[in-house]
Amino acid sequence: MVYDVIVDGKPHRLELEKAVAGWDCRLDGQPVHIDAVIARRDVLSLLVDGHTFEIKREQTAIDLHIWVGTTCFTVELRDPRSLRSRNQDTGNEKGPRRILAPMPGRIVRLLVAENSEVEAGQGIVVVEAMKMQNEIKSPKKGIVKKISATAGAAVNPGDVLAIVE
Amino acid sequence: MFKKILIANRGEIAVRIIAACREMGIATVAVYSDADRTALHVRGSDEAYLIGPAPAVESYLRIDKVLDVAKRSGAEAIHPGYGFLSENATFAQACADAGVKFIGPTPYAIEMMGSKTRARQEMEKAGVPVVPGTSRGIASPEEGEEVAARIGYPVMLKAAAGGGGKGMRLVRSREELRSALESARSEAQRSFGDGEVYIEKAIINPRHIEMQVLADDHGNTVWLGERECSIQRRHQKVLEEAPSPIVDPEIRRRMGEVAVKVAQAAHYTNAGTVEFLVDQQKNFYFLEMNTRLQVEHPVTELTTGLDLVHLQIRIAAGEKLPFTQSDVEIRGHAIECRIYAEDPDNNYFPSPGRITLLLESSGPGIRRDSGMYEGWNVPMDYDPLLAKLIGYGTDRQQAIMRLQRALDEYFVAGIKTNISLFQRILRDVDFQEGKLDTGYLDRLLAKDDLAATSRAPERDIKTLEAIAAIAAGMFAVLDPASPISRNGSTAEPASVLSNWKQKGRSEAQR
Repeated sequence: MVYDVIVDGKPHRLELEKAVAGWDCRLDGQPVHIDAVIARRDVLSLLVDGHTFEIKREQTAIDLHIWVGTTCFTVELRDPRSLRSRNQDTGNEKGPRRILAPMPGRIVRLLVAENSEVEAGQGIVVVEAMKMQNEIKSPKKGIVKKISATAGAAVNPGDVLAIVE
Repeated sequence: MFKKILIANRGEIAVRIIAACREMGIATVAVYSDADRTALHVRGSDEAYLIGPAPAVESYLRIDKVLDVAKRSGAEAIHPGYGFLSENATFAQACADAGVKFIGPTPYAIEMMGSKTRARQEMEKAGVPVVPGTSRGIASPEEGEEVAARIGYPVMLKAAAGGGGKGMRLVRSREELRSALESARSEAQRSFGDGEVYIEKAIINPRHIEMQVLADDHGNTVWLGERECSIQRRHQKVLEEAPSPIVDPEIRRRMGEVAVKVAQAAHYTNAGTVEFLVDQQKNFYFLEMNTRLQVEHPVTELTTGLDLVHLQIRIAAGEKLPFTQSDVEIRGHAIECRIYAEDPDNNYFPSPGRITLLLESSGPGIRRDSGMYEGWNVPMDYDPLLAKLIGYGTDRQQAIMRLQRALDEYFVAGIKTNISLFQRILRDVDFQEGKLDTGYLDRLLAKDDLAATSRAPERDIKTLEAIAAIAAGMFAVLDPASPISRNGSTAEPASVLSNWKQKGRSEAQR
């Protein structure tokens, strides 16, 4: 199996092959032999050269997190053979970006109008949860193509609030 | 003894009170809102009744509905927990009128301590040291200027009905007083429906130390040692410990005796806490009395070996305190971390949602009081306190080491928690040396994050990063549920929620 793995923004090529015991693996060409078992859903026990690692997987509304002990990495995993990911390989920062609700809450107000220009980091909408208000910001500079959020409405994590292009 | 108790609360404290009732062979009645049908306190009680919609004012704060459930279920007593109706004299009176025992002090004591100016007046009368200032509301800006000039700047303006930092202003000079008084008044009016504001001398970098007391209906009042509560954010406690690193047996005894005097002056019964401000010379001043069980009561339980909720119930049932002051012994050290659903990387913004994975810690010297479980959806309608992780040790250092170990094991996925904040505090040199005051946490958070993050040294990061990459691949191979990104930057949210939606759709098609 071959994967392109992006860990905290850095790309790696990972090759995995079942061995007699454990797995033969190559990370960026470097061979490593590992043993891996799923201890329970989302928990992986990894043995590398006698060292143990307890790994947790967390799929949030927005990102995939891999926790090695108490250290958290944001990870993206792609199958390089799949047509879609090959097509998407370029243009990560180009094209439309969806702004998703990171948590359940209620829309308090909109800070920008459709078709307005925004800077990276500029607030788009204000979401309230547990009596606190949070500004959801634009991930990039661009034009607000669409705002799907409406003031007063409830949102669930992963709901699309706006699209910036 | 009571046969059945209603718990007028939710979350970890309701779960903790239910545990005490079960231990004592008392049946439990839970109340819950629309948002809490799946909550742990409902699952763990013997009976449970819906009392209204999610907003607390329409459910957990509805005196009529709570008493209606008490009547329906035949509960003989009500434990209010903390927050909600716990310090509401009207509720305590309504319980008495309905013939249900309120597990707490009398309405008289709640009312006296509910007004900070009235409490100050009573305490001055009883000879309890209070922070220099006025014990009644300021009538005019002129009077305020005169008082402030007499006690000396800086001064603190405080709302008589106050709490949580609302209606509070630090005034450094005469020029600032007038506008500060105006804004404190209007904030107090908005927050508490009472614009009364009084003046106290501002104590710079105080410690916040409180003393636990217990009193029965037979005239016995005892103190159970102090708790150090100086680690606060926005006037909310984050971490508490017992004993305080700066309190020696002599100060403890004096503080305990003053606390007993405070309780007696209020004809206090049941469990209560007297809060003190402590200045840099270790002088302590009465601040207020909390007329309820505190969030941080476990650290006192661990260091005294007593169960405060058992004792609360026994006192409410009319029993005498089963021990005297000389029996009370402080042993070892306990530290409590309040685990909140909030995001340390986003200014501690609350983070409700579904808990997708929960790995809890236990083992030697660890107590966990929790209201959460894996698969539960943390509602967005209430206080974000999820659980309390408490470490106990022979001494402070061992308690710290045990907590560090347990925090490393504690893992919550799906929502953000402040667990990493505690790892940071416990590693901090000032904390380890016990150099604490109410400004401590703001200073820690303002420090450069680089040295403070829970990240391993740079050379190890590379290794961990490689391990993360390999692990991501292994998850994909061994666990087909692994989400492989299908379209790069605009990754489809493979959240549990959308899985539900999909399932719902497919089931609807059947």
